[in-house]
Amino acid sequence: MSMNRQETEQLIQEVLEVYPEATGKQRAKHLMANDSSLEKSNKCIVANKKALPGVMTARGCAYAGAKGVVWGPVKDVLNISHGPVGCGQFSRAGRRNYVTGHSGVNIFNDINFTSDFQEKDVVFGGDKKLAKLISELDGLFPLAKGVTIQSECPIGLIGDDIEAVAKKSAKEIGKVVVPVRCEGFRGVSQSLGHHVANDSLRDWVLHGRDDDQSFEATPYDVAITGDYNIGGDAWSSRILLEEIGLRVIAQWSGDGSIPEMQTTRHAKLNLLHCYRSMNYISRHMEEKYGIPWLEYNFFGPTKIAESLRKIAAFFDDTIKENAERVIAKYQPTMDAIVAKYRPRLEGKRVLLFVGGLRPRHVIGAYEDLGMEVIGAGYEFAHNDDYDRTFKELQDGALIYDDATSFELESFVERLKPDLIGSGIKEKYVFHKMGIPFRQMHSWDYSGPYHGYDGFAIFARDMDMTINNPCWQKLKAPWQRAGAETLQAVA
Amino acid sequence: MPTVMLRNNAAGQLVFYVTKKDHEETVIALEHLGPGVWGGEMQLSDGSRFYLEPLDQPPKLPLTVRVKRL
Repeated sequence: MSMNRQETEQLIQEVLEVYPEATGKQRAKHLMANDSSLEKSNKCIVANKKALPGVMTARGCAYAGAKGVVWGPVKDVLNISHGPVGCGQFSRAGRRNYVTGHSGVNIFNDINFTSDFQEKDVVFGGDKKLAKLISELDGLFPLAKGVTIQSECPIGLIGDDIEAVAKKSAKEIGKVVVPVRCEGFRGVSQSLGHHVANDSLRDWVLHGRDDDQSFEATPYDVAITGDYNIGGDAWSSRILLEEIGLRVIAQWSGDGSIPEMQTTRHAKLNLLHCYRSMNYISRHMEEKYGIPWLEYNFFGPTKIAESLRKIAAFFDDTIKENAERVIAKYQPTMDAIVAKYRPRLEGKRVLLFVGGLRPRHVIGAYEDLGMEVIGAGYEFAHNDDYDRTFKELQDGALIYDDATSFELESFVERLKPDLIGSGIKEKYVFHKMGIPFRQMHSWDYSGPYHGYDGFAIFARDMDMTINNPCWQKLKAPWQRAGAETLQAVA
Repeated sequence: MPTVMLRNNAAGQLVFYVTKKDHEETVIALEHLGPGVWGGEMQLSDGSRFYLEPLDQPPKLPLTVRVKRL
C-alpha cells in the first residue's frame, strides 16, 4: 500500500518537527514527495549541499570518491595514499571490485601503498619522501603500468607540490604518474572526489596513446564506463554486450587498466552505467574524440531488454537482430526466476538509500519481482540525478537527499518497509529494529547483480533476506499472538 | 564568466552544461543560429540568460565555451 503525495508530505512535516527551526527549514528542502510528471528537480529539491552540523549523515570524503571509487578498481596502477596511514588502510580492499591477475605481480588493488606521514613530514613537507617512494615502488613492482598519488587532507593543508613530483617521477620511471588532488576536506561529499579523479584521468592518462596508431579498431568497439565490477558486475554486463556482437575495449574502471583507458578513444560508443561518477570523462571524450555516450541500466530483465535495444540502436542491423535474439534467449530463464520468486516477494515494500545511481537503477529490478519502492534517496547525488529519478519512481514515493540517521530511522518507523537497501553504516541499526536489510553498495558480499546472470542472484538474495525465518524469532514466544493459549495450556 | 559545455541531447535540443556545478539546462532560444553567425544571447529553460560571443559558423558540438551571465 503506497502513500499519496499529501500523506508523504505530511510524514515529512511530522518528522521535521523535532529539529530546531533553522535546521528544519534547511532539511525540508532536501525532502519531497515524488511527482513523476516533473522534468527538472532544481525547483523542488536541494542536493549536493553541505550536511548540517549536529546531524549524522552517511557521506564520505573526496578521497573516498577518488581513491575508493574511481581509481581504486584500476588494476595495474599503484595507488599511493599520500598522507597518514589510516585513510589507505581503512579503504583497502573493502569494496569488492573484482579484478583478474596476481596480486602484487600485475594487480595491486588489494595492497595499501602509503607514504605514512609523520610529524616531520608535515613540518618539512613530504615531496622528497614521495619521490623516493615512487622510485622504490617501481623497483618492487615492475609490471605496474602507473602510479597515482591520492592526496589525503594534510597534503593540501601544507601545500606540497605533488604535481611537480609527478612530472619528475614520470620521467624517471617512464610510466604514468598521476597526482590526484582529492584531499578529504574538499567539497561536500565523495561526489567531488569522482570529479577530481575524472579530471586527473583526463589531464594525465587519457591522451597517453593519442600518437599510437597500432590499435586495430572495429566498428563494434564500445567502452563500459562507470561500472566498478562490484562482485563481478562489469563482467556480467560485458558478456551480454559481447553476446550481441559488440567488442568491449575498455572497462572504466572495474577490472580496468591504464592501456585500456588510453585506447578508449577508439570506441564508437561509451556506455555509461554510473552517471554520477563518470559523466565528466564521458562528456570530455565526446568533445575531444567525438564518442557519444549513452546511459544504460542492467538491473532486472525489463531494464536490460530496454537498454540492450537502446544500445543496439546505435549500431547496424546485425547488432539489432543479435540484441533481439539475446533478449529472447534469456527470456525463458528470466520468466522462470520471476515465477519462482514473485509469489514470495509480491507486494513487499522497499526503502532505498544508496549512492549515486542505484536508488533509481534498481527500481526496475524490484518491480520485475512484484515489489514496490516506496522511498529512495541518495547520499551524494546532484540535481541531475533527481531529474532522472522522478520518472523511475512511483508518484507519492518519498525522496530524501543526504538523509540524516534520525530522518531515516523515523521514516522506517513510520513506513514500516519490508526491506531496506542501504549501506553498512545503516545495516545493523535496522537489523536491530527487526527489518530485513540488504547492503546495496557491496551487494552484501554477494553479487553480481548486473545483467541476466545477476538478476538470478538478485532475486535469490532478496528472497532469502525478506523470507528469512529469523525475522519471526525477534519476539519472545509469550509476546506473540496466541500466547494466552500457550499459557492456558501450561 | 562560467565555462560551459554545449552539446546536443538525444532529442536534438541544445544543452547547456555548467561543468563546475553539474548543472544541465536546455537552451530554448539562441539569438543567431547561422549560417554565417552562431551564438549571441541564449535563453535557458530555467529562465536565466547568457551571452556567447558569436562564432563565424555553427560549431561541431560538444564544445566548451566561456559565456557571460546576463
